[in-house]
Amino acid sequence: MDIINVTVDNKPVVVRKGTTILEAAKSIGIKIPTLCHMKLDDLNIENKPGGCRICVVEVKGRRNLAPACCTEATDGMEISTHSIRAINARRTVMELILSDHPSDCLVCAKSGNCELQDMAHRLGIREIHYKGEQSTYREDTSPAIIRELNKCILCRRCEMMCNEVQTVGVLSAVNRGFTSVVAPAFEMNLDHSVCTYCGQCVAVCPTGALTEVDHTGAVVRALADPTKTVIVQTAPAVRAALGEEFEMEPGTLVTGKLVAALRRLGFDYVFDTDFGADLTIMEEGTELLNRLSRHIQGDPTVKLPILTSCCPAWVKFFEHQFPDMKEIPSTARSPQQMFGSIAKSYFAQKLGIRREDLVVVSIMPCVAKKYECGRDEFAVNGNPDVDYALTTRELAALVKVSNIQFRLLPNEDFDHPLGESTGAGVIFGTTGGVIEAAVRTAYELFTGKELPRVEFTELRGMEGLRSATIDFNGMPINIGIAHGLGNARKLLEEIRSGKSQFHAIEIMSCPGGCIGGGGQPYHHGNADVIKKRQMALYREDTNKTIRKSHENPYIIKLYEEFLGQPMSEKAHHLLHTVYFDRAH
Amino acid sequence: MSEYNMQILICGGTGCKASESEEIRNSFTELLNEYGLEEEVQVVTTGCFGFCEKGPIVKMMPDNTFYVHVKPADTEEIIKEHIVKGRQVERLLYRDPVTKSVVHDSKHMDFYKKQIRIALRNCGFINPESIDEYIARDGYQALGTCLSERTPEQVIDEIKKSGLRGRGGGGFPTGLKWEITAKVAGDQKYVVCNADEGDPGAFMDRSILEGDPHSVIEAMAINGYCTGASKGLVYIRAEYPLAIARLKIALDQAREYGLLGEDILGSGFDFDIEIRYGAGAFVCGEETALIHSMEGCRGEPTFKPPFPSESGYLGKPTNVNNVETYANIPVIINKGASWFASIGTEKSKGTKVFALAGKINNVGLIEVPMGTTLREVIYDIGGGIRGGKKFKAVQTGGPSGGLLTSEFLDTPIDYDNLIAAGSMMGSGGMIVMDEDDCMVAIAKFYLGFTVEESCGKCAPCRIGNKRLYEILEKITEGKGSIEDIDRLNLLGNVIKDASLCGLGQTSPNPVLSSLKHFRHEYLAHVKEQSCPAGQCKALVKYTVIEDKCTGCTLCFRNCPVGAITGEKREVHFIDQSLCIKCGVCFDKCKFGAILVS
Repeated sequence: MDIINVTVDNKPVVVRKGTTILEAAKSIGIKIPTLCHMKLDDLNIENKPGGCRICVVEVKGRRNLAPACCTEATDGMEISTHSIRAINARRTVMELILSDHPSDCLVCAKSGNCELQDMAHRLGIREIHYKGEQSTYREDTSPAIIRELNKCILCRRCEMMCNEVQTVGVLSAVNRGFTSVVAPAFEMNLDHSVCTYCGQCVAVCPTGALTEVDHTGAVVRALADPTKTVIVQTAPAVRAALGEEFEMEPGTLVTGKLVAALRRLGFDYVFDTDFGADLTIMEEGTELLNRLSRHIQGDPTVKLPILTSCCPAWVKFFEHQFPDMKEIPSTARSPQQMFGSIAKSYFAQKLGIRREDLVVVSIMPCVAKKYECGRDEFAVNGNPDVDYALTTRELAALVKVSNIQFRLLPNEDFDHPLGESTGAGVIFGTTGGVIEAAVRTAYELFTGKELPRVEFTELRGMEGLRSATIDFNGMPINIGIAHGLGNARKLLEEIRSGKSQFHAIEIMSCPGGCIGGGGQPYHHGNADVIKKRQMALYREDTNKTIRKSHENPYIIKLYEEFLGQPMSEKAHHLLHTVYFDRAH
Repeated sequence: MSEYNMQILICGGTGCKASESEEIRNSFTELLNEYGLEEEVQVVTTGCFGFCEKGPIVKMMPDNTFYVHVKPADTEEIIKEHIVKGRQVERLLYRDPVTKSVVHDSKHMDFYKKQIRIALRNCGFINPESIDEYIARDGYQALGTCLSERTPEQVIDEIKKSGLRGRGGGGFPTGLKWEITAKVAGDQKYVVCNADEGDPGAFMDRSILEGDPHSVIEAMAINGYCTGASKGLVYIRAEYPLAIARLKIALDQAREYGLLGEDILGSGFDFDIEIRYGAGAFVCGEETALIHSMEGCRGEPTFKPPFPSESGYLGKPTNVNNVETYANIPVIINKGASWFASIGTEKSKGTKVFALAGKINNVGLIEVPMGTTLREVIYDIGGGIRGGKKFKAVQTGGPSGGLLTSEFLDTPIDYDNLIAAGSMMGSGGMIVMDEDDCMVAIAKFYLGFTVEESCGKCAPCRIGNKRLYEILEKITEGKGSIEDIDRLNLLGNVIKDASLCGLGQTSPNPVLSSLKHFRHEYLAHVKEQSCPAGQCKALVKYTVIEDKCTGCTLCFRNCPVGAITGEKREVHFIDQSLCIKCGVCFDKCKFGAILVS
């Protein structure tokens, strides 16, 4: 039989064989506290090292307490989740963890969002009976992520994300016993490692041990500087998640309030990265069509499949891990960088100011964007195209500190010209979205016909690896999609071994795409939040009147007034990039 | 074995090697050539004799003469007297500590009288680097029997009937473990030898591998045959170079003789063994941690189930046994399960090897039948407490075990009795303590080891043991309170109850058992700020007894920190703020004028 009977706190429960005590209890409404455990349903991500021992429960007849997260329930098991013995152990373990944790919650970046803080509250810890040496570790600051390991509780979630999900392999436990710490090999700093800055470690860290580099201060100073014109761009995934920071339901679209908030913060122009996304489609789509037609003509030098290049963590990943294949990804810059480049050339010219007097701020669901905007190739004479990239969380903090009642804000519209966008640009924020946007444009440019339908549901979903074949008027175009770098690695290895049948592949580093980015409001292990954000973006797309990038009137105007053609020399100079071999 | 008339057996264990046993051997070889005796007398380097206290040991065969504390310079006299003239060199013979009379051979020595050597049967008898000598003592006969006459099920049945339990610590029935792995389906299975002996003071497994590596190889092959594994792995700590060297030689010889490799003895059974090195982490004795370490991953345990028998090395069914367990297997096959089961107690069959250490006269490696009492081990075999001091306690089971006090001296040693007495068998470390040992300091010593060796994966072990240690530190410094003693108890029990693996689940045992048996010592540290055994430096005070001080300046001149002042022929004075309590003044004073309080 695959069905077993157990009792949890004297309540009978019938579960399938293989169910953990934690799940069995949950099925009858008993929530056993957990700390290191994290499960993202549908994304196939689970961390259960059985290390924190907060979830220990008493099992009748068993010598010691059982960790609920990794102990399978067996037939006839009698489980007590709140016996004195279990509670005493749980509280003692919690006190031990707290005894090795700084108590500077009041000034911690994670305050209010800290799972350790919540757990201490939930367990009713009022005194820490154990005092002694505390772990100390040097602070490690990189361009995007700060490691404050004296706050690490060794839940190992970051390690699981870095190794199992992303296969980047930077973070792992080193040293032993009380001096154990999660660090890159030889305890080198993050910026010397092959870290991609995807920020998934930050996204799952329960405490303040891993956070993003805070650029809010610099932005506030720029806004206060009367000599500067400060403009802002916001990435698509931000509008589907920012509301969570203000107690709104996950999946609430807050585009209008977002614009209003940014205006109140004092930005001179509020623009949309979606414009950059539409521009990316023009360039990347054209590049795809070029490679396709060369392929059809039998050019043996053509590199296929083409890989998307919007995601900076993904770019850094292949530069480190697959440098032999750096000619394969599209040379198109990411929407953030296309926007910055156009802002500091075309738009600065329009305003009649020097690029040095224009400050470009971006609001991103991402921590890697902080790194991307600092890459040398994205600056002119040392002046970066994008000056500061803030995460969704940092923007929320700015809004709060500026006394703005976010929920009461009216809906406002983006400014022109760089605020106009299409539904194609919006869906850039989710896995499958970039390639769907590209297909909408590439199809029409390739076939010269209007699409009978703009929604390609076959490209949508949450599966880590997906594929679909789209009929380009008799020409079948094979498309692959991967989100999560571990999945990307699988596709890259296929390409390397010559087995790949794809013409185009979309890759996003974060599970779910940018909606699950490392800079988004913390999901605290709830994958539903990510799915709701995805649905919100598709809703926004449906509501847009223009849904194909090449129909964006301001994009058309930009080419007419400034760039000429997609892939023109000027476009090449401003909107394309080169990749570096970082393995050697 | 040879046409030699005589053999000189020299202990080649790590301990005796460190005391120049190799030089002794070389000297014998040279001299025998000089005397033209090389055709008649054979020199053999063997594994450990066990009586390490008296090393280096040289044994003369066939008359069993047992020479102790031999030095390279003694070799000529042994040749001239013993070999040429047939007279024993009396000054090198063992003297019974009680009767003071010389004992001529090992058979009549108390140290050996009560021992039965099964796992150690060949240690000290054969050259571990010679497969022929192993074969001459029935080596590989058991493997031959199994492959040619028995089915795997029959062999497993025999092991089950023998009642052999795992000698690594847990005491899980070996036959049952084999059976479980045998029944799990798998395209590739592994058998693993756990040679990651890491307890302080334990050297049972090392000695077996140094003295009789073939017995382990043979047993692993039998294990592979029974479980359906074609590959064996020996996980051994890299800091056992001699054991590794001998194991490598033995593996090469076994391959050369067709006892490892393809189609062993024409049976169609393929089996070979690889060595994997551990970097010396105590936690890697835990089987899941050991397997992860072999896989090249961080040596830390994972939750069981799945057990290695289902999903072990590289996710394949894996049977893990310890060195000593393996060493018993060939004998069980050769002599039969009922013979083995006739030795020992009801639930613990056979013998157990112990590493006797601490404040005992006969430090060494012993093997006794299960059911032997502690008193027999400590007083008869161990020769009693060193310096005529009083026995206080013995720690069995290493840092995971507990203390056994004099009330348990007559308890027969077996798995269940030791657990009932609040300790455990563990892998076989046995450290004896006398009246001079402070039990709080001992608990702190063991805990210090655990704090160092915790892998850091689970919070109770990583932080809990650290906090326990800090509380003990406070107490040994005279800064503890009654609440601290209660806290030790409470925290110790939670660490046991909530930790992930066997290391954490047992690490508080030395604290809890010393608290149980020696609570008064803890109370003395806390209430009176005194250490009854005078071991806790912070609580010890050195002062000058004015009436006895002659002002000789000896203490003054020897004090390493200049804490003593005083003029010649005047009473000296110790400045307590400078004194580091090294005890030099006490040792140097010829007039008993230094008071330790």
